[in-house]
Amino acid sequence: MKTLIRIFRRERAIVDAVTENLAISVRGLRKAYGRTVAVDGLDLAIPRGEVFALLGPNGAGKTTTVEILEGFRRADGGEVRVLGTDPRNATPAWRSRVGIVLQSTGEFEELTVAEVVHHFARYYAGADDPDKVIDRVGLTEKRDARAEKLSGGQKRRLDVALGIIGRPELLFLDEPTTGFDPEARREFWGLIRDLAAAGTTILLTTHYLDEAEALADRVGVIARGRMVALATPAELGDRRNAMATVSWQGPNGPESERTNAPTAVVAALAERFGGEVPGLTVTRPTLEDVYLAMIDKNAISKEEAA
Amino acid sequence: MSTVVDQPVARAARRRPGALSLGLSRGALELKQFARTRPYLIFTLLFPVLIVLIFGAAFHGDAGGGVSWTQYFVTGMIASGLLATGFQNLAIQIPIERSRGVLKRLVGTPMPRSAYFIGKIVMVLVVSAISTAILLAMAVAFYGLALPDTATKWFTFAWVSLLGVTACTLLGIAYSSLARTGRAAPSMTTPVALVLQFISGVFFVYTGLPGWMQQIAAFFPLKWIAQGLRSVFLPEEFAAREVAHSWELGRVALVLAAWCVAGLILCLLTFRWTDKD
Ligand SMILES: Nc1ncnc2c1ncn2[C@@H]1O[C@H](COP(=O)(O)OP(=O)(O)OP(=O)(O)O)[C@@H](O)[C@H]1O
Ligand SMILES: [Mg+2]
Repeated sequence: MKTLIRIFRRERAIVDAVTENLAISVRGLRKAYGRTVAVDGLDLAIPRGEVFALLGPNGAGKTTTVEILEGFRRADGGEVRVLGTDPRNATPAWRSRVGIVLQSTGEFEELTVAEVVHHFARYYAGADDPDKVIDRVGLTEKRDARAEKLSGGQKRRLDVALGIIGRPELLFLDEPTTGFDPEARREFWGLIRDLAAAGTTILLTTHYLDEAEALADRVGVIARGRMVALATPAELGDRRNAMATVSWQGPNGPESERTNAPTAVVAALAERFGGEVPGLTVTRPTLEDVYLAMIDKNAISKEEAA
Repeated sequence: MSTVVDQPVARAARRRPGALSLGLSRGALELKQFARTRPYLIFTLLFPVLIVLIFGAAFHGDAGGGVSWTQYFVTGMIASGLLATGFQNLAIQIPIERSRGVLKRLVGTPMPRSAYFIGKIVMVLVVSAISTAILLAMAVAFYGLALPDTATKWFTFAWVSLLGVTACTLLGIAYSSLARTGRAAPSMTTPVALVLQFISGVFFVYTGLPGWMQQIAAFFPLKWIAQGLRSVFLPEEFAAREVAHSWELGRVALVLAAWCVAGLILCLLTFRWTDKD
């Protein structure tokens, strides 16, 4: 009997150790709105310190999933653990460890950037310096502007500032860079990398594949509430081993060849042209190509099933 | 590079301020927002002033017992001011904040939920004090209302106002759950307040109203706030002209306290932080 208990305890300890290392663990998550099934048996495990990007077409169930993890929506089924807690039972202590940037949120229209950020800093015991955070999201020039007077991208930066002001262990970002100009997006990427380097776990959703590629350790593609692919950006859809396309400018116009051995093709071309090959490019499918093919295939297989 | 983002694990052991302290700073923020929102200023502070000026100039008459109708009316308007800042203001503002997602954003932080309500209460107390001061100053300057001349009357003024504004605030918060969206809130709230003003002894002398109307009004707080304030500002002889031939201050306290309790229970049971998910 005693040995049984000891074995049981050891098993428990192993399970605890594994889950303890996970910032987020989701099993069989389900959520329906009336007859619309938004999330349909989703599994997800995100270790501490990872930057995870959730991709998927409009209506795939990203926001629903993320808001369940944030404790805003109730799941219909499945098991959810976020920082070791079921988010339905969120306590202030748990909230202080989690930063949230929602897909769409209300602004504090009549208040200035500085007023809002300074005020939110008071909610957290370990808050960051509000002025530094304002600077970090590039709103120093607008610190005394009212939130209602900010441009769309500037409003979004304020959202991000409020998401990170508490120096969260885990940060949720639901389409954080929508409306950012290219420069702002690069600056934002820098911010995310700094946060990740400091050990913050980050779950972000995005429609920008370059963003997922630039930031994420792993990406998950979700379609119709199911995870259809899960890999590093480089490996998604077996991209690394996909055929390359060699293109060049031939005597009669552009030519190209799909191949598994692009180096050999280029060498042969170099010989044929006796040196420089005009207009030479070698490409592999971009993350976007792979992603679009994946979404497409998923839609087709669903139609076949119906 | 990462001066901003220190190790999240090695967070400072600094303690977060408590609910009361956060509630007070929310109150300051709420007041700023209020002062910067013209519709709130106009509706809550300017509108009652305009009504007093217009009605005060247009209607004359006698409420009996040496009291002019305007004196009776302006006392009722001070009571209405409490209804406007507590009930109307919150029943409109909170659904707007909920629809805008402001409340959702707040519950996503470790802010103690009570801090939100403390902030609202602070805002209502300050704004209703301003509203009362403005209306009272007008009443004294233009309509010959006398300020209370005994400590007892000041005391009655204080507790009737406080209890009244508390009941209105709690009911405003409770009522805010009825509006499904922020856009629906004003049209659901303003008529209620207006009807109460008509039947509770603000625009018309209460004793002159039909009995059934009096009975409906006697169920709600406004009638009792107005009656309590009349005991402060109208001469003692006027008490004989009230329905019960007295000010019934005990009953004023009882009814208002009952509404506070009912309002609090309704708030706790019904308050929503988001529109339906
Ligand atoms: N509150 C709601 N009530 C009813 N249906 C909803 C609600 N929220 C989402 N849905 C439905 O659930 C599905 C998933 O929506 P969700 O917002 O999670 O998608 P998403 O992946 O975040 O999309 P997007 O990229 O457009 O943000 C959609 O079909 C949507 O119409
Ligand atoms: Mg979404």
